[in-house]
Amino acid sequence: MNNFAIELQKINKSFGPVHANKDIDLKVSKGTIHGIIGENGAGKSTLMSILYGFYHADSGNILIDGNAITIKDSNAAIAAGIGMVHQHFMLVENFSILENIILGAEGGQLLNSGIANARSELKRLSDEYGLDVDPDAIIEDVPIGVQQRVEILKTLYRGADILILDEPTGVLTPAEADQLFEILELLKQQGKTIILITHKLREIMAITDDVSVMRRGEMVATRTTKDTNVEELAELMVGRRVLLQVEKGPADPKDVVLKVENLNVRDGRGVPMVKDVSFEVRAGEIVGIAGVAGNGQSELMECITGIEHAESGRIILNGEPIGVTGGSTPSDMRDRGMAHVPEDRHHMGLVLPFEESENSILGIHQRPEYNKGIFLDIENIRKDANEKIEKYDIRPPNNRLKTANFSGGNQQKIVIAREIETNPEVLIVGQPTRGVDVGAIEFIHRRIIEMRDAGKAILLISVELDEIRSLADRVLVMFDGKIVGERTPETEEGAFGLLMAGIEDSDNSTSNPEQSTAQNGEAG
Amino acid sequence: MEFFETTILVLQSTIRLSVPLIFAALAGLYSERSGVFDIGLEGKMLAGAFAGAAIASLYESAMFGLLGAVIVSMGFALIHAFASITQRGNQIVSGVAINFIAAGATVILGQAWFRQGGRTPSLSSDAKFNAIELPFAAELADVPIIGPIYSDLLSGHFALTYLAFALVPFTWWVLFRTRFGLRLRAVGENPAAVDTAGISVIWLRYRAVLCCGALCGFAGAYLSMAISAGFGKNMTAGSGFIALAALIFAKWKPVNVMLACLLFGFLNAMEIRLQGKELPLIGEIPIQFMQALPYILTVILLAGFIGKAIPPKAGGVPYVKER
Amino acid sequence: MAAPYAKLPKWVDFGLIPVINILVAFLISGLVVWLADESPLQAAGLLIKGAFGYGEGIGYTLFYATSFVFTGLSVAIAIHCGLFNIGSEGQAYIGGIGVALACLAFDSTLPWFLVFPIAIVGAAIFGALWAFIPAYLQAKRGSHIVITTIMFNFIAASLMIYLLVDVFKPDGTMAPQTRGFAEGGQLPRLDWLFGIFGIRTGAAPLNISFLLALMAAFVVWVIIWRTRLGYEIRTRGFSPTAAKYAGINETRVIIITMMISGGLAGMMALNPIMGDQHQMQLDFVAGAGFVGIAVALMGRNHPAGIIPAAILFGVLYQGGAEISFEMPNISRDMIVIIQGLVILFAGALENMFRPFIVMFFAGLQKSNSSSAIEAGE
Repeated sequence: MNNFAIELQKINKSFGPVHANKDIDLKVSKGTIHGIIGENGAGKSTLMSILYGFYHADSGNILIDGNAITIKDSNAAIAAGIGMVHQHFMLVENFSILENIILGAEGGQLLNSGIANARSELKRLSDEYGLDVDPDAIIEDVPIGVQQRVEILKTLYRGADILILDEPTGVLTPAEADQLFEILELLKQQGKTIILITHKLREIMAITDDVSVMRRGEMVATRTTKDTNVEELAELMVGRRVLLQVEKGPADPKDVVLKVENLNVRDGRGVPMVKDVSFEVRAGEIVGIAGVAGNGQSELMECITGIEHAESGRIILNGEPIGVTGGSTPSDMRDRGMAHVPEDRHHMGLVLPFEESENSILGIHQRPEYNKGIFLDIENIRKDANEKIEKYDIRPPNNRLKTANFSGGNQQKIVIAREIETNPEVLIVGQPTRGVDVGAIEFIHRRIIEMRDAGKAILLISVELDEIRSLADRVLVMFDGKIVGERTPETEEGAFGLLMAGIEDSDNSTSNPEQSTAQNGEAG
Repeated sequence: MEFFETTILVLQSTIRLSVPLIFAALAGLYSERSGVFDIGLEGKMLAGAFAGAAIASLYESAMFGLLGAVIVSMGFALIHAFASITQRGNQIVSGVAINFIAAGATVILGQAWFRQGGRTPSLSSDAKFNAIELPFAAELADVPIIGPIYSDLLSGHFALTYLAFALVPFTWWVLFRTRFGLRLRAVGENPAAVDTAGISVIWLRYRAVLCCGALCGFAGAYLSMAISAGFGKNMTAGSGFIALAALIFAKWKPVNVMLACLLFGFLNAMEIRLQGKELPLIGEIPIQFMQALPYILTVILLAGFIGKAIPPKAGGVPYVKER
Repeated sequence: MAAPYAKLPKWVDFGLIPVINILVAFLISGLVVWLADESPLQAAGLLIKGAFGYGEGIGYTLFYATSFVFTGLSVAIAIHCGLFNIGSEGQAYIGGIGVALACLAFDSTLPWFLVFPIAIVGAAIFGALWAFIPAYLQAKRGSHIVITTIMFNFIAASLMIYLLVDVFKPDGTMAPQTRGFAEGGQLPRLDWLFGIFGIRTGAAPLNISFLLALMAAFVVWVIIWRTRLGYEIRTRGFSPTAAKYAGINETRVIIITMMISGGLAGMMALNPIMGDQHQMQLDFVAGAGFVGIAVALMGRNHPAGIIPAAILFGVLYQGGAEISFEMPNISRDMIVIIQGLVILFAGALENMFRPFIVMFFAGLQKSNSSSAIEAGE
């Protein structure tokens, strides 16, 4: 039995009413790469946090190399030879690489000798695993891929034999991801055990030896990677749930309402996030933008809705250009017939301590119907809120209740109701069903289709490919800030997966120009 | 020659006036570098000054007084740490509270215990710090130029003065050459990185805040037991806030802290010197303008007109473990 | 981790917990009294007697409270916008210039009821302008408003000394203060009003600015909860990102809020200058700006909480004066301690007792539900 590096037995963990991990069993063989897949919220990260001592399991056993141990904190995990590379890097940005690596493993009260040791040790590790870094470079000056290498080096420097990588490729370019996989392969050959947490099937198939699937807090299956296939894993991952098939007729696209031309957007730190993006949305169609989170979708959306400004490019709404590089505000955009369901309702779409009725006017609070001079027309606002509560079946039907006390689905309905009821020409929707229960998902999807059928232009941005495919009439795929392709929603999932991973497959892309020229012809 | 003598005199009082600022600003540096903002430097100094003078007068011992100053000031630091680290309360609010508690308690307890209108009894020379003559100060005094610089400017200060200046390179060394310093700087920038490295964020920040308390104690002791011989009501008179301004002005760097404190001390010395005097070309400068100058300079710096003061990234934000 | 934020009945959240926090602050204050060799119970008795025992005491209590209502509102409205204005002290001080200018210009030509509105506007404008610079620097250049307002308190103090010594002081006098105002610069007292209820406020300087403070409290309530501006202020205070999403101009909201805050602080100057001393003296604010912080925290930033909190501090100021007559060991500095303790327990440590209270209520519910089940069986 001693060839298991990790053995988890009946791990349970609850957060209040949420049972994040239910009776989890897991065996990871020494010297292998073991993938753990599951959708967002399946409990992968919770499980790994228990293994790394961030959380304590409510019950269950952890065996490392066959010995039962308790991991009371990260220190204990490190001592047991476990290292973790977090999804969001745990680096001090204004420290050098060397300082980051020795943090917590300084080797004595004074830094001098520790730093000297670390320098030579780092050189050895770099050579051995092909992890080349400049030890004196400052973290904030080096690319993300290098920062990740530093995270791996940190674990190796602490003598980790077991490495856990949490969604390591989410922030990487494809070339960086390939490099990472080479490194992991090398680490495996040196006898390290690696746990790779991801929701990308491609990675699982490409690099793992075994794979375990989690779903809704449970470990549903473990397979040898070479004996399984993408289809089986996908089904295990999502379960036999009712496929999100929204009833909808064919689209009837009319004039172009929203046109984006050569848009470039940088984030707060000056990093280019949207690169030369162009596309158009017509009245009566839903255009979906698919892609892995963090590939510029958020910045694109915030720029279109006037929240952030672009560096260059044009946006034309209803034939009129918008001051996208400065001057446009979210209020202007609303006045011009745009509505926006933001991807993060907790921080953007809603003010959680507000009463429901107060949130039902957020962003449209300056409209005459809600005001009497400088005063708010409270009576009308509440009346209006009640109408939306009824129409959208928001529960509980209490417009004085604090918004934080509504469920996720009902919170989202508050946002959807507010935005749709402004009767916009263009609706920009981000992650409309994130953290929303099944019943509300259906309801929200139906509303979006209704908007389309009423002749509105809809731009849907979601990281849930399923959702995009079931709702959109055309799908654009965004990767590394660029639109890397356009597909019909019927296109095979695998083809989307490749595009989303930044891999252009030449077969399908030939069909793409035809489609867009056809549309251009129509426009002309 | 008169200009030279005047310069020596002004610089001498610059040193004298900047010492409490250096102690207090370095104190703030430890706390704020670890991510805990501290606008309670003033209160801790005041509490330290009172405790130092009170204990020194009771035991007729400067050392006991100093120890008392440090312990009491650390006690106040502990309250701040408990509120802002353990309870994750608002660090600004906690600092404001500490300033008031110290301001009130020193007077009430002073009056109750010593009945001298809030003052502590005058310290005898055994119970206070006395000026130290550096070796050969007397012999060198008559040598031109070097004599006055050595004997008048560098010699004849209190042990605490030399300690304050020694603390500057020491703090630099602690911050950049020791494990504690590395972790302290890290926890002020990204506590999650420290936490995942298996280091306790809470304990680390507690230690930083306690260091802050100890140094505020020294600052207080200097005020009540070195340059004065006893505690007087509100004797810090805002120097805790000047120290805070100096810390920001120095962009949270030890050597800069010393320079900023010397600058503010110099302004203070000039203000005393220039009171009621006409300056050529400029005319009379209102002393109030000189008094306000450190604050004005700090505001200008904060506004980003002369460089940018970027505080530690995690400053003011309680650490919540989350995933 | 979830426990401190578990849901509690509203009356516990807004009633019981604040009361417990304040009680602890007072218990510790009692401890300090005891350390000072006096009896805390006797001190409490003197406090109540001094503040409420006779008409003049009540008058003084409300006189002090008037100032605290203004500064408390000043701090509170800024907090609603997510800004911590420690500068009310300096803004009130500078606001005095507006009052003094109005009175010096018109006190012998106009009656008080014409000078009063000019002085109100003057006080508000000067206070608002003093808050404008930190607000602008926060909104446009990201300078931390806590630090800049602290700095501005000190700058205000220096400026006022300069103005009182070199500008306002009449020639041939020594004291750094303006000349005394003629009748037009003196606000009427409220002894007639309280006389109706049979309370004789006697020599207490309680004046008509008390009514102005109550009006200001109402206006602040209207602004925060009934106007579009207030809606934008609260949105920005709770969630800057949501404010951005809603198209709210953050710069504008920050600057307007801080100017209202500074204006309210400035109006505090009416009470001592026009209502009591009838001249502008050095340090007439006397810490009222800082008391505002405690008042706002204690009153949970709601005008309906700020008024009683201000009165409580009025009690402390007036009753504290009484105690210091009777107890040689207790001076008015005792109030400063209490103020600090209130800020500590109602502010920085506001959630300290929450977990215990949550546990208590959870236990209560458990026993209730289990007894209900038993009854059902």
